[in-house]
Amino acid sequence: MREFTDGSTAIVRGALDAGCTFFAGYPITPASPILMMMMRELPKTGGVAIQGEDEIASIGMCIGAATAGARAMTATSGPGISLYSENIGLAIMGEVPLVIVDVQRLGPSTGGATTAAQGDVQFVRWGTGGGYPIIALAPASIPDCYRLTMRAFDLAERFRTPVFLMTDKELNLTMNTVDLADYEPLPVRDRVAAGATDPMYAFEPADRVFPMASFGGESPVRFTGSSHDESAMITKDPATVGALNRHLIEKIETHRDEIEMVDADLEEGAETMVVSYGITAGAARAAAVSARASGRRVSSLTVQSLWPVPETALREAMDGVRRIVVAELNPGLYVRELERIAGDREVVGVNRVDGELLTIDEIGESL
Amino acid sequence: MIYRNDRAYPFCPGCGHSSILDALNAAFEVRGAAPEDVVIVSDIGCSGLSDQYFTTSAFHGLHGRSITYASGIKLARPDLDVVVVMGDGGTGIGGAHLINAARRNLGLTVLVFNNLNFGMTGGQHSTTTPPGAITPTTPFGNLERPLDVCGTAGVNGAAYAWRGSSFDDDLPQRIAEAMDHPGFAVLDIWELCTAYFVRGNRFSRADIEATMEELGFARGVLVDREVAEWAVTAPASDSPGPPREAFQVTHRSTLERPFALVVAGAAGGKVRSAARHAGRAAIVSGLWAAQRDDYPITVKTGHSVSTLVLSPEPVGHAAVTVPDAVIVLAPEGYGKVRPMIEAMGDRGPVFALDGLVEGAVVIDPSRAATRIPRTELALAAVAAAVDRLGLFPVEALADVVARIGGRFAERAATAVAAGPDLVSA
Repeated sequence: MREFTDGSTAIVRGALDAGCTFFAGYPITPASPILMMMMRELPKTGGVAIQGEDEIASIGMCIGAATAGARAMTATSGPGISLYSENIGLAIMGEVPLVIVDVQRLGPSTGGATTAAQGDVQFVRWGTGGGYPIIALAPASIPDCYRLTMRAFDLAERFRTPVFLMTDKELNLTMNTVDLADYEPLPVRDRVAAGATDPMYAFEPADRVFPMASFGGESPVRFTGSSHDESAMITKDPATVGALNRHLIEKIETHRDEIEMVDADLEEGAETMVVSYGITAGAARAAAVSARASGRRVSSLTVQSLWPVPETALREAMDGVRRIVVAELNPGLYVRELERIAGDREVVGVNRVDGELLTIDEIGESL
Repeated sequence: MIYRNDRAYPFCPGCGHSSILDALNAAFEVRGAAPEDVVIVSDIGCSGLSDQYFTTSAFHGLHGRSITYASGIKLARPDLDVVVVMGDGGTGIGGAHLINAARRNLGLTVLVFNNLNFGMTGGQHSTTTPPGAITPTTPFGNLERPLDVCGTAGVNGAAYAWRGSSFDDDLPQRIAEAMDHPGFAVLDIWELCTAYFVRGNRFSRADIEATMEELGFARGVLVDREVAEWAVTAPASDSPGPPREAFQVTHRSTLERPFALVVAGAAGGKVRSAARHAGRAAIVSGLWAAQRDDYPITVKTGHSVSTLVLSPEPVGHAAVTVPDAVIVLAPEGYGKVRPMIEAMGDRGPVFALDGLVEGAVVIDPSRAATRIPRTELALAAVAAAVDRLGLFPVEALADVVARIGGRFAERAATAVAAGPDLVSA
């Protein structure tokens, strides 16, 4: 059985199957279909969906609901991520599980509302003060949208942190054919609820993610976005603040192996590797296949976890490779991550910023 | 029940915050809810420190956004008492949330600790600073009219609004009353900032009353109305989620390579719908289809162009620069796809309504035995092209169109049946 559908629909299905109970969003092309479907479908499950008066209210409501036990998701595009910025920091600091869908469109500014782009890949990583890690996943197909939405919910719970799902106008709004067998539901962990005697927060060992206390339980719960101690009381004590901030880093960095995801198609003895993600991945993979057909040895690798950068898989795939081609719909953003770990290998970007997708031929010319 | 912990308030001598928090504590005691069922949502500023002196649950978030967190908490757990503690600064940066929360009428209680200036950051003027007041940012006197918190909330539908000061003896009762009141309740509580506003303006308790009088800001319970509960009534469903249309392959296509068909028309011409039917029909014919639509954001005007890629193999994406065939139904669409047609050259045919594209295969609606409604012309033209190009059986198109049901199905079926006749053999 096959269906004719789009990425927005797959994301909504993924969210519902992951047990999403709260959604708040503000209309913005090309993310609005997710808002509209959630407004229509979520109440049928007993969940709550609401359209905020703006993006700030929307993510604020999601954070509030998540602290009261909800599994929350919001969806927007680049301009909305700008408005989410400060609250992203709050979710990091307060250790709130939250899924944020960024349906990317061409920027800067209002840019092209109905035009595909991948311009937010560094923005979501560095989009709030402090430089603390977040998690970001990038689906490359409609079944991926479903699967990685579920994965995003799971990782949000596992690490008590905001998780971004990075899609784009093309993936979300273009209809495509999907074989129903290609939808693979992924397990989603339940929230580990804190016991009555557990502290509100805990920072040591630094990498450990502690059970989360929610409002409405058997004992009072405190939440804060200020530098705090384990009781969520504001503090400036350097030892406590240092432990808190180390914890925010280590809980993700130490467990990168649980998060990093790639879809690698490696060729034995390849000297060239094309790296891509999201909507560009299909053309990049096809370009590699095409190059092989003409007798060249080319590997291709699709990054599925943009953040943390899947360095282990990338370094392994780079073995023997002399030239790395990074294809993306932006001025050359994720290529920096490859340059950072590529050593003396040549790293080349293939980019478009005119709103059109990269074609197989365009990528092929660089292989 | 004990709601205060043993920590002493950190506020300056004479600051009104301590009195207001004592009144809040008294209100909690009167109401008697369990501390874990009360959530104090504090904003930023000196009043943002407040939650740390209570044994209740607490949420301390970003400046101006306390109402949004409170809304999320209340929506997720309507059984909890959710009290927002914010300063007058919050009514500026979070003004939109105040207005919309009043309009929305979730059961929140908002206490505005209104000390007429930014006490934590150095006494700068706020949205509620009285006219003429001297602050570090109004060194020659404040030029702006202060925000009427209660009036604004009230005119936008708030269930309850009260104005008074930290000196009012009935403050505990008013807070308890506000918390008991269904819907959105706000208390605009004026007070003294002894660190800044009092010093800079020789401002006293008596001046609070005088300033309200001058501004025409009434005191007491200003709004008290019944409001409907915020609750969505949605039909329960065993299998919620976007409706799914699953296709089985019932027809056969002989297409051996990817084929890109572009349908170019005008808004209102049901171009996207026609292309979508063709995509569905291709799928029941065993093909893989992708459809990409292009139209102005003002959807009821200008061009509407759908690109349909059909293939015996899964389609990566539907971004096409050189199509294999184009259907032109309106000048608006032609303007958009003209470069594509030029790029296509002799590679494939162009189907067009008479007079639109020179040298095109003419789509002539008058050839149909029955009149085709204008709204179904795109579908008829797609049927004609599918038939002529042999992409998949026209019967597949008829089948998927029949599935849509309702009054549209019959008209669409007529269009599909007549379609192949519109082009000359």
